[in-house]
Amino acid sequence: MSDVVLGMERVYKKFRKGETYNSLRDLLPALTGKMFRGQGLDANDKREFWALQDISFEVKHGEALGIIGRNGAGKSTALKILSRIMKPTKGRMIVNGRLSALLEVTAGFHPDLTGVENIFLHGTILGMSKREIQSKLDQIIAFSGLEEFIGTPVKRYSSGMYARLGFSVAAHVNPEVLIIDEVLSVGDYDFQKRCMERIHSIVKAGTTVLFVSHNLKSVTELCKRTMLLEHGKMVFIGETNAVIQKYLNSPINIDTPHESKPVYLKDVRVRDAAGEQNTFESGRTAWVDIEITARERIEKLAISIWLRDAAEYEIFDTSTVRLGCDPIALQPGQSYRCTFELTLNVAHGKFELCADVLHVELEKIYDQRVPAASLFVGSSMAVRGAVNCFPRIVESLVYNRGAENAVVR
Amino acid sequence: MKQELQELYAYRELLYMIAYRDIKVRYKQSIMGFLWAVLMPILIVMSGIVVRYAYAMVGHTPLKTTDIADVAIKSVPWAFIVSSIRFSCNSLTSNRDLVVKIYFPKEIFPMAAVLACFFDFFVACTALVIFLVVAKIGLSIYLLWVPVLLATMVIMCVGIGMLISAASLFFRDVKYIVEIFLTFGIFFTPVFYDIRMFGDRGKLLLLNPIAPLLEGLSASVVHHKSPDVNWYLYSLVFSLAVFLSGFVLFKDLEPAFAENI
Repeated sequence: MSDVVLGMERVYKKFRKGETYNSLRDLLPALTGKMFRGQGLDANDKREFWALQDISFEVKHGEALGIIGRNGAGKSTALKILSRIMKPTKGRMIVNGRLSALLEVTAGFHPDLTGVENIFLHGTILGMSKREIQSKLDQIIAFSGLEEFIGTPVKRYSSGMYARLGFSVAAHVNPEVLIIDEVLSVGDYDFQKRCMERIHSIVKAGTTVLFVSHNLKSVTELCKRTMLLEHGKMVFIGETNAVIQKYLNSPINIDTPHESKPVYLKDVRVRDAAGEQNTFESGRTAWVDIEITARERIEKLAISIWLRDAAEYEIFDTSTVRLGCDPIALQPGQSYRCTFELTLNVAHGKFELCADVLHVELEKIYDQRVPAASLFVGSSMAVRGAVNCFPRIVESLVYNRGAENAVVR
Repeated sequence: MKQELQELYAYRELLYMIAYRDIKVRYKQSIMGFLWAVLMPILIVMSGIVVRYAYAMVGHTPLKTTDIADVAIKSVPWAFIVSSIRFSCNSLTSNRDLVVKIYFPKEIFPMAAVLACFFDFFVACTALVIFLVVAKIGLSIYLLWVPVLLATMVIMCVGIGMLISAASLFFRDVKYIVEIFLTFGIFFTPVFYDIRMFGDRGKLLLLNPIAPLLEGLSASVVHHKSPDVNWYLYSLVFSLAVFLSGFVLFKDLEPAFAENI
């Protein structure tokens, strides 16, 4: 038997865009229309696109492979095909061993049943036998930390508790091949940490893991090898750090300047003191160079930039006008260039820089790049949240009643 | 096909678990659960008695206890057939999350729906047995037919369930069509009446594959005689055909479920 536990061989997946006929009421008229007019369903057939194209990879026994890529790159489709929920349009896949997929940790829950009942239900759905669950029940409950509420119907749980229970069950399946998709995006920080530890120990125990995440940090920690997907194609596969670099450096918007735009963003570039850069230490300075070019005479322009976090939440924005520059006026063919200086007081994570050029009064947007560049901010400090306030302890003491007894630690 | 059946067997615990979930949720308030199980059969039996009473009035014949027992023994299984088809029809669409997110043989859903309804049927049967005892319908060797007839009925329901649950996943209006058939199906099935009332033309009604099973139940339990074996075989062949074609079609369509639900 070969060493390959999980893999794909030239896998293609085609989807249809837009509405298909999902009721007889729509289908029957369409079919009769086809009969009478000798045409019909073809219009629908044209609106298809390839979600995956020619994907091949192999994961060896005990290896952890990461998959990264932007939204819509085909990550979820790839996982669904591997976990046999969907069938590839073309190609073949390899799965050797008991496979368990954590695409959604709470899918099997029923709100009216209690915590324990849901452990049995969800465990069975994930492929455990009743006896297996019975023997691990205490472990599962302890891991979830929900001992007090385990007899309560889960509809009374908070979404965090829901996810904790779901993950606790899933983490005890002991599969030979484990597929994980973004399950850690819920639950509080401590629980997320515990999940990561559990996944680490699963990997160490020799389980083959396929890990899909937006969290580049966890991918780095977990996987030696990573695959980068873009628009359904495999762009790169190799050593994780190299792939992440490639991912952060890849051009995001290959939108060619449209002829109809009177003014367009010609270039948006992020750099540090040394030159073009995507990875920054929290608290450092970044410079953003932006160049716009006008096709016709145009005035009262401003350039605005904003940052958004991994959840696409806008955490910062500014513009040339708000920073005190006069509105820009350009003649046909003229260009304008400016540089924003930003102090990256953000906690670690991946951020996206977006930019647009707009009319100051009309607020009409002429051109935009959403996103224009990716930033990966690392932090050696133990902070979490959206911003970095650069905390440090300036005093710490234990005392009894009066300050005169203070013992400085 | 063999491989698929093996896989289904490997997942049998999940089948019980999903059925158990449906039963548990329905019987969470135990009194309501019990009422739920007996309400529809009781209503059908009562309408059957009204209809039978009307026949008796028109035909100037007295309404016998065996007539009422006849109606009862056919109404309770009919209620099972109606509810299992209704529940299995929605069994895939109402478990959307599981269909989209987790892999396992999806025919478990219509099967579990039928199984859960069979539990209701079982509960209703306890009430039925009490009635039959009170009505002094005795025992006979022909009662051995009952499990055979019921098993055939379950196979048929699962087959129909697999077909229509898949169909209603792809076409959302299938459930309305099914509902119409379930509402008017009782007029084309010998539940309130006997095939014998139609003389030779009764054979036409027996073409409805449910009819020989219900007639068989009434014959073996109430009238202490053997069901018509030929007509039973007709129902059996139909049931197996529906089950097999339903299974094959279901497995054929299964990979497309996640994209179309």
